[in-house]
Amino acid sequence: MIKEIREPLIFEISESGKRAAELPALDVAEKKDLLAGVPLRRELEDFPEVSETEVTRHFTRLSQMNYCVDLGLYPLGSCTMKYNPKINERLSAQPAFAGSHPLASEDLVQGNLEVLKRLETYLCEIAGMDAFTLQPAAGAHGELTGMMLIRAALEARGDARKYVLIPDSAHGTNPSSAHICGYSVKEIKSNDKGMVDVEALEAAMTDEVAALMVTNPNTLGVFESDICRVAEIIHAKGGLVYMDGANMNALTGVVRPGDMGIDVLHINLHKTFSTPHGGGGPGSGPVGVKKELVPFLPVPVIGERGGRFVLDFDRPATIGRVRGYFGNFSVIVRALCYILTLGPKGVREIAEFAVLNANYIRKSLEGEYHLKYTTPSMHECVFSDKIQKEFGVTNLDIAKRLIDYGVHPPTMSFPLIVHGALMIEPTETESRRDLDHFIDAMKAIAREAKENPEILHSAPHVTYVSRLDEVAAAKFPVLRWEKKP
Amino acid sequence: MSYLSLSDKDKKEMLARTGVGATDDLFCCIPEAVRLKRALDLPAAQSELELVRTMEAIGRKNDYSRHLSFLGGGAYEHFIPTVVDYLSSRGEFVSPYTPYQPEVSQGTLQIIFEYQTLVCQLTGLDIANASLYDGSTGTAEAVLMAQRVTSRNKVVLARSLHPQYREVVRTYIKNLGVEAVEVGYGPDGRIDEDALGRALDDKTAAVVCQSPNFFGVVEDIQALSDAAHGVKALSVAIVAEAVSLGMLEAPGKRGADIVAGEGQSLGIPLSFGGPYLGFMACKKEFLRQMPGRVAGQTLDREGRRGFVLTLATREQHIRRERATSNICTNQALCALRATIFMETLGKQGLRELAWQNAQKAAYAADRLGAIPGVKMKFSGPVFNEFVVELPKPWPAVDAGLRAKGIIGGYGLEPAYPELKNAALVAITELKTKDQIDRLAQALQEVLS
Ligand SMILES: Cc1ncc(COP(=O)(O)O)c(C=O)c1O
Repeated sequence: MIKEIREPLIFEISESGKRAAELPALDVAEKKDLLAGVPLRRELEDFPEVSETEVTRHFTRLSQMNYCVDLGLYPLGSCTMKYNPKINERLSAQPAFAGSHPLASEDLVQGNLEVLKRLETYLCEIAGMDAFTLQPAAGAHGELTGMMLIRAALEARGDARKYVLIPDSAHGTNPSSAHICGYSVKEIKSNDKGMVDVEALEAAMTDEVAALMVTNPNTLGVFESDICRVAEIIHAKGGLVYMDGANMNALTGVVRPGDMGIDVLHINLHKTFSTPHGGGGPGSGPVGVKKELVPFLPVPVIGERGGRFVLDFDRPATIGRVRGYFGNFSVIVRALCYILTLGPKGVREIAEFAVLNANYIRKSLEGEYHLKYTTPSMHECVFSDKIQKEFGVTNLDIAKRLIDYGVHPPTMSFPLIVHGALMIEPTETESRRDLDHFIDAMKAIAREAKENPEILHSAPHVTYVSRLDEVAAAKFPVLRWEKKP
Repeated sequence: MSYLSLSDKDKKEMLARTGVGATDDLFCCIPEAVRLKRALDLPAAQSELELVRTMEAIGRKNDYSRHLSFLGGGAYEHFIPTVVDYLSSRGEFVSPYTPYQPEVSQGTLQIIFEYQTLVCQLTGLDIANASLYDGSTGTAEAVLMAQRVTSRNKVVLARSLHPQYREVVRTYIKNLGVEAVEVGYGPDGRIDEDALGRALDDKTAAVVCQSPNFFGVVEDIQALSDAAHGVKALSVAIVAEAVSLGMLEAPGKRGADIVAGEGQSLGIPLSFGGPYLGFMACKKEFLRQMPGRVAGQTLDREGRRGFVLTLATREQHIRRERATSNICTNQALCALRATIFMETLGKQGLRELAWQNAQKAAYAADRLGAIPGVKMKFSGPVFNEFVVELPKPWPAVDAGLRAKGIIGGYGLEPAYPELKNAALVAITELKTKDQIDRLAQALQEVLS
C-alpha cells in the first residue's frame, strides 16, 4: 500500500467521448421507429466515460486499499474468515456451469442438478439432518426460511403459536428473521457461564412458544453443554428448535446438530465451507431439517427418477419459493469442491484446528485482556476492553491500532452481552507465524494502552485514510456522487 | 488437508500451551453422549487434479451449452468484457468480509458508493442500497418497504410480474397479514388498467409492476404511478432486464417511488440462477425505511474524503426485530461486477447495448412473425423479448427445435395456463443475424 495515492471517483475522471468497450456493428437492418410511443431517455446523464486503461487502473488502485484474507489473518469473530481455495473459483466458473440458464429444462442441466443433490446429501451427513434446501442466499435468508418451515409445521399441527425465544447473545438477524415470519421475540438471559439459562428457559417455555433459536457454539464461542436438555424442554411443550449454524466450523465431524435435538438449522457456506465473502457476499445459507419438516421445504425439490435428476414442484405443503431459481449456484459449486477436497478426515480437521487456534490465542492473551466468561472456548474467544478502559482506551482504539500492525481487527461490540467486546476467530487455516504475529500485536497494544494511549487514539496511521467520522456520515448522509452545479 | 498451516510440531506445542493434552480434549464441553463416534460418510479426499476431473465430468453432464439458446425470462446472456472477470477476481475484492473496518476497506466502500450512484442514475431515483440477494427477494423487500411506508396491508401485483418473483412475494408476506391481489393483462400484454383501477383502494400499499414485463412488453410506468398515487399507494417498478434501462426512460422519472430488480444482465454470468444482484433505489424521503447496507461519504481526521457503511440504525445488528430487513451478507461481489461492467460500457456503450438488443429482437420478431401460423401474442412495444403463439403445443415444437440443436424459448403454459402454445423468446446482442435466421428456418421446418 502506498499511503499517498488517492483515487478519485470514476465520475470525477470521466471525459466526454471516451469509452472502454466497443460492440460489433449492428448486423440487422436498423429500424428507425423502434419502440415508437415509448418514452426513451436521451442519454444516460452523468454516466462515466473512461478508457479501458483507466478502468483497469481505477479498480486495481481501489483493490490496494482493501485488507483481505489472501493478505493475512482476518480474525473477525462469527464470520469464519478462512482461506478460500483457488481451484474452487476456477471450477465454479467453468462454462458448463457458469453458462447454464436457470430456466433450461431439467434434462439439459443434469450436471447442475447433480451438484445440488450431492451437496444436499453431504450436508445431511455432516449436520445429521434428513434433508436440505439450498435455495436461501445467505445466513439470514436461511433463518427466515427455517422459521417459515417451523411455522408451517406448527400450523399443520393446528397452531402456529406466537413467540420465539432467543438468547440475549444472539446475532441481530435472529430476532429480525423471526419477526418477518410473524413472530414476537422473547429474549432469554444468559447465565454466568455465558450459556442459555435453563431455568429461565423452562419458565419462558409455554404452549404459545413456537421455537427456540439457538446458536451453538453460541456467539461467545461457548458450546451450549445443556443443549440436549434445552431441546427436551422445548419439545416437551410442543415447540421446535432452530439452530443458527453460523458457528458450524467448531463442530464439523465432531458432533452433529441433528444428534442433539435440533429440528432445523442453517449453515453458511461462506463461513464453514470456505466460499469467499466477496466483501459482503454472495453467500449461501442452506437449511437442513428433520423428517417432520420435509414436506414444507421450498419448491422445487431435487428428486431422482430412473437414474435422472428431476425438479419436483408437486409438494402441496410447501412454504413456496424463498428465492428465484435455485439459490446461489456457483457458491454451491465451490462448497461441493471444498468437501470433495477435504474428505471425512479433512472435514473433522476443520473443527480440530479451528478450536486449537482459538484456544491458543485465548491462552496467550488471558491476563492481558479481560475475559468476561471463562467457560472453555470452542472456535472463538471473546475478550473485552475492560482492563484498557482504565487508561481511557476502548475496543475501537485497540481495533484501529491492530491495523497498524498489519492485522485485521476482530469483531467489535458483539455479542451485546459483553461490553466493549473483541471477538476473535482465527479459523483453522492460519499458520503459527500469523497467529503469533497477532498475539504479539495484541500484547504490544496492551502495553501501549498503559504507556502511550495517545498512539491508540490516533490509530490507524498506515492507511489511506485515518479514522473516519461515522457519526457525521449518518447525520448528514451523502449516499451518491452528484455533479457540481 | 493442504489448507491447514500448522506443522505437527506446531500442533504439539500449541496443545501444550493451551494446557490440553490431546485434540479430543478440545471438545470436552460437548457431552460425550452426542459426540460422533465414527468418521463421516463422505467421499475420500481428492487431490486438486482429481477434483478437476470430477467436476469437469459433472459439468459435461450439462447438455445446455451444446445448444443455441433463446432463453431469457429474468436471466440473460450478455457480453461480459474481459476486464470484468479480470478485475473482479482479484483477491483484494474476493476475499474480504463486509467492510466493517472502513480504514482497511476503502476499495470496497468506494466501489459501493459508485455502484449506488450508477443505480440512481439508471433508475432516476435519489438513493440506492448496496445490494439485495436477487430480483425476486428484491421485489419482496420492496413490497415490505411499501407496507412500512404506508402502514397499509394490501399489494397489487401485475400478473405479468415474473412468476417466481410473485411466488417469493407471496412466501414473504404470508405470515405478515399482507394480502396480494393480482391484476391481469390486456391484448397488448400490458397491465389491464381497468382491472387495476378496480383493484386499487385506500388499503393498497403499492402497485408492483415489472417493465419490461415477463412477456418483454414495456409498461406505461407513468400511468401506473398515477393510478397508484391516486389512492396514495406507492408505485413500485420492477426491472428484471437491467440493460433495458440503457434506453428506456428511467422509471423514477415516470413516477415510480421504488425501483427494484435484477442486475444480472450487468456483467454477471448466468450460473444457473445465481449468485445474481438484487438492486433497489427509492426517493429520498423513504431513506429510513430502505432495507440493506448503504455506503456513505464522510471525512477522516485530516479532512480527507472517505467512505463508510452508514445508517445502520435501520439494520438488524442495531435494531434487531424492528429492523427494516434481516439482510446481512448481500451480493457485494456481484455489485462490484456490475460496477465494473457499467463503467466499462459507459454512457455510450450501455445505450448502444440496449439499442442493439431492441433492434435484434425487432428483427427476430419480424422473422418469426412471418412464418405461417406463428403470431406475436401481444401488440404492445417490446424490448429484447417477446411472446410467440404457435399453431402446435410448445412441448412438441420445443422437441423439434432441440433436435436441431436449438432451445427456442421458454414455454409459458406451466406458469400461465391461459397462454396455450405460447413461448417467450429472448434476443440479446450476442445473437447474430445468422443465428436468428437459423431459429426462424428451424421453426418453419418444425411447424411445416
Ligand atoms: C451468528 C450469526 N448468525 C447469522 C449471521 C447472518 O449470516 P449472513 O450474513 O450470511 O446473512 C451471521 C453473520 O454474520 C452470524 O455471525
